[in-house]
Amino acid sequence: MSHMKELTKGIFRENPTFIIMLGMCPTLGVTTQVFNAFGMGASVLFVLLGSNIFISALRKVIPDSIRIPAYIVVIASFVTIVEMVLHAFVPAVFNALGVYLPLIVVNCIILGRAEAFANKNTVLDSALDAVGMGIGFTLALSLIAAIREIIGNGTITLFNLSETQRFVITIPGLSESPVRVLTLAAGALLVMGYLKAFFTWNSERRAARGGRV
Amino acid sequence: MSYIGIIITYVFIQNFILVQFMGLCPFIGVSKNSESAVGMGMAVTFVTAVASVVCYAVYTYLLVPFGLEYLETISFILVIAALVQMVEMVIRKMSPALYKALGIFLPLITTNCAVLGIAIINIDEGYNMLESFFAGLAAGLGFTLAIILMSNIREKLDTTPVRKVFRGVPIAFISAGLMALAFMGFDSSLLTNLHLV
Repeated sequence: MSHMKELTKGIFRENPTFIIMLGMCPTLGVTTQVFNAFGMGASVLFVLLGSNIFISALRKVIPDSIRIPAYIVVIASFVTIVEMVLHAFVPAVFNALGVYLPLIVVNCIILGRAEAFANKNTVLDSALDAVGMGIGFTLALSLIAAIREIIGNGTITLFNLSETQRFVITIPGLSESPVRVLTLAAGALLVMGYLKAFFTWNSERRAARGGRV
Repeated sequence: MSYIGIIITYVFIQNFILVQFMGLCPFIGVSKNSESAVGMGMAVTFVTAVASVVCYAVYTYLLVPFGLEYLETISFILVIAALVQMVEMVIRKMSPALYKALGIFLPLITTNCAVLGIAIINIDEGYNMLESFFAGLAAGLGFTLAIILMSNIREKLDTTPVRKVFRGVPIAFISAGLMALAFMGFDSSLLTNLHLV
């Protein structure tokens, strides 16, 4: 039962993006299309899973004083693997994510989970924590991307590998006269501000009722 | 592109915070008062400028000759981590007050996307060493500009009635969004019009 809790806490109660507010840069940078959000979420999930397992397994070997550099090297290795795999097999995703892909190295979620969770817990718990956090991150990214793409462009891109291999839902009415600003930089910050306010309101309302937050 | 063109590009047109969203964590975390915002901005500017040059040198003179370009991400982050450690020691020695003000955010420069971001962008854009230096300097200055503007806005916001749920981070994001809207006025056609391309 407690294992299950490690998995689900990252999805809602401790959602990395909306509650702990970690890893903001890629969150806002790549969420212009839902498909990019999936790509980013999957990459982060993989890196997080790999680094959490590795760091948790090595937690008794790594000396305390140099743990941060050691974590960074582990994380950077996994990011390099993701970069090479995406470059070789799905170049469309590689190009869409651009500079934000290597920047996963400095994504606070991954180092944060290594420091706060993986170096104190068993391999199984760390892996579950990573999967939960990764899914929570992907869901948050998809939510932001969906809002921005629907209102800003009138479409939902679920799949976009090339001109022929794509699956885009077009929303009638909105796609003719979209609110363009939401796909631009300013829109990302505005959407994030309103969503954060919504989640604050939501958790306060639950706390006031006396329920579990 | 001329050096002035590079500076205008990274300070205004591709402003690291408001257009590329790099370095948002310290931007939201440290921008509560203008004094620490200035300190943070200066620390980041120094690190981005030096890191740009050092990463360029590592890439060109160490990784390329040995065909190790795929180690770019790992080597850059290690170079940056070492640099930040050095800056931290210098600031602690020179100005304990500033060191106190920046607190936990100084080690966090390592995980500031802006520093690694500009190092990678320099390589992607194919800048030479001097151009990399100016790009790094300009990226840091753009960060400083945005964080100082933001800290002034937030000092004003403290005395303004804001709805309870919007207080703190949400209103900071919305203010940043409105600032980004203003920065959209800087467009790459600016460079063409000034004959800087």
